[in-house]
Amino acid sequence: MAGVHVTTTINSDPVEYVCPADESLMDVLRDRLGLMGVKEGCGTGDCGACSITLDGQLVCSCLVLGAEAEGRAITTVEGMADGQNLHPLQEQFINNAALQCGICTPGFLIAAKALLDENSDPTETEIRYALAGNLCRCTGYDKIVKAVQAAAKDLRK
Amino acid sequence: MRYESPTTTKEAVALLAQEKGQAYVLAGGTDLLVRLRLDTIEPDLMVDIKRIPAMTEIKKTATGFKIGAAISGATLGKNKALLKAWPGVVEATNLIGSDQVQGRCTMAGNLCNASPAADSVPAMIAAGAKAIIVGKKKRTVAVEKIIIGPGQTILEKGEMIEAISLPAAVKNSADAYLRFIPRTEMDIAVVGVAISLKLKRGVIESARVALGAVAPTPLLVKEAAKAIIGTKLDDEALDALAAACSSACNPIDDKRGTIEYRRRVAGVLAKRTAKIAYERAGGK
Repeated sequence: MAGVHVTTTINSDPVEYVCPADESLMDVLRDRLGLMGVKEGCGTGDCGACSITLDGQLVCSCLVLGAEAEGRAITTVEGMADGQNLHPLQEQFINNAALQCGICTPGFLIAAKALLDENSDPTETEIRYALAGNLCRCTGYDKIVKAVQAAAKDLRK
Repeated sequence: MRYESPTTTKEAVALLAQEKGQAYVLAGGTDLLVRLRLDTIEPDLMVDIKRIPAMTEIKKTATGFKIGAAISGATLGKNKALLKAWPGVVEATNLIGSDQVQGRCTMAGNLCNASPAADSVPAMIAAGAKAIIVGKKKRTVAVEKIIIGPGQTILEKGEMIEAISLPAAVKNSADAYLRFIPRTEMDIAVVGVAISLKLKRGVIESARVALGAVAPTPLLVKEAAKAIIGTKLDDEALDALAAACSSACNPIDDKRGTIEYRRRVAGVLAKRTAKIAYERAGGK
């Protein structure tokens, strides 16, 4: 199978890679580029663990081909912190103990950031709907919702 | 598999026509890439249409709207003019999947995937939407004529949908879509009902009623429309609407609902949907 050569931007850095035409962007990010914050849960777009943004749009990277990323801008959880300073969402996930095993956390962080970028003061219901595409099998969501509310408050300051 | 991302419709059509093996159109990929992953398809060629300008724009024309085949649910939901003209179509499309799926899924893809339970399809049918099909020649086909069975459409090899066209909104008209799911989000319709109607002095002058998930294909139910045309949506009209919807159902028994249950819910949901559309159109 001939490879596809892709030039793209990931977390503001220019990146090039070659991947098979049928390889998912999730596999490219993890296995070719070592961005292990992108997690594989289901691989079929149901769990949200592989969430990234593509040109600012929240998507599941398992449902994007690596070849599609040509010329686009990708953000993964690795791009959320500012150097050593964690993003307020990351801080509040820690403060609120909004994780146990951590597999779903990067996806929740990316999806929550996408929500807060659009809506700085979401209601609990809005948060729950916005995060409906992210599954957590440990914490039961309450702590996650509280963490997002706390981070939203921090970000509004 | 080869991956191609042409920048014109002409190029895309040529790629599909020339491919001797299995060729697929990649719009949002929320169904196609799942099938690729599960090995239920083995494509030789995937043609990504998201770099074709004509397929990535929502155009307001003299006769209505032209929605490119690659327009995502998220983009659709942000279009104020469309939301005002066809709220039912937008809300139906926005019910598909999660926010992540909304970032990718398309109306044209929902139509071509041809699931009996597709949310956007009954809404498109009720709205009188047409699919603009390109291939050897261009043809425009009413959405209710596209799906002929679960996973089956009238599209021939080498054909693809370029855009969905919706009529211009008429004064005192509106549409609505409701689906029933046992959860509040992230589920597949047990029943979906879409209704569009036009009022004249509070009386329903014309209407279209479409059902999803209750037959092998989404249904346009003319008897149900007849039941409310000429009425002010009084209780008698609503009961007649519900009866027409229930009797039009030809559902299956599955884990989401039994045949009897789906029939009953179709009637109940039709009443609720009609009330929303009626109110939106300015009826009291």
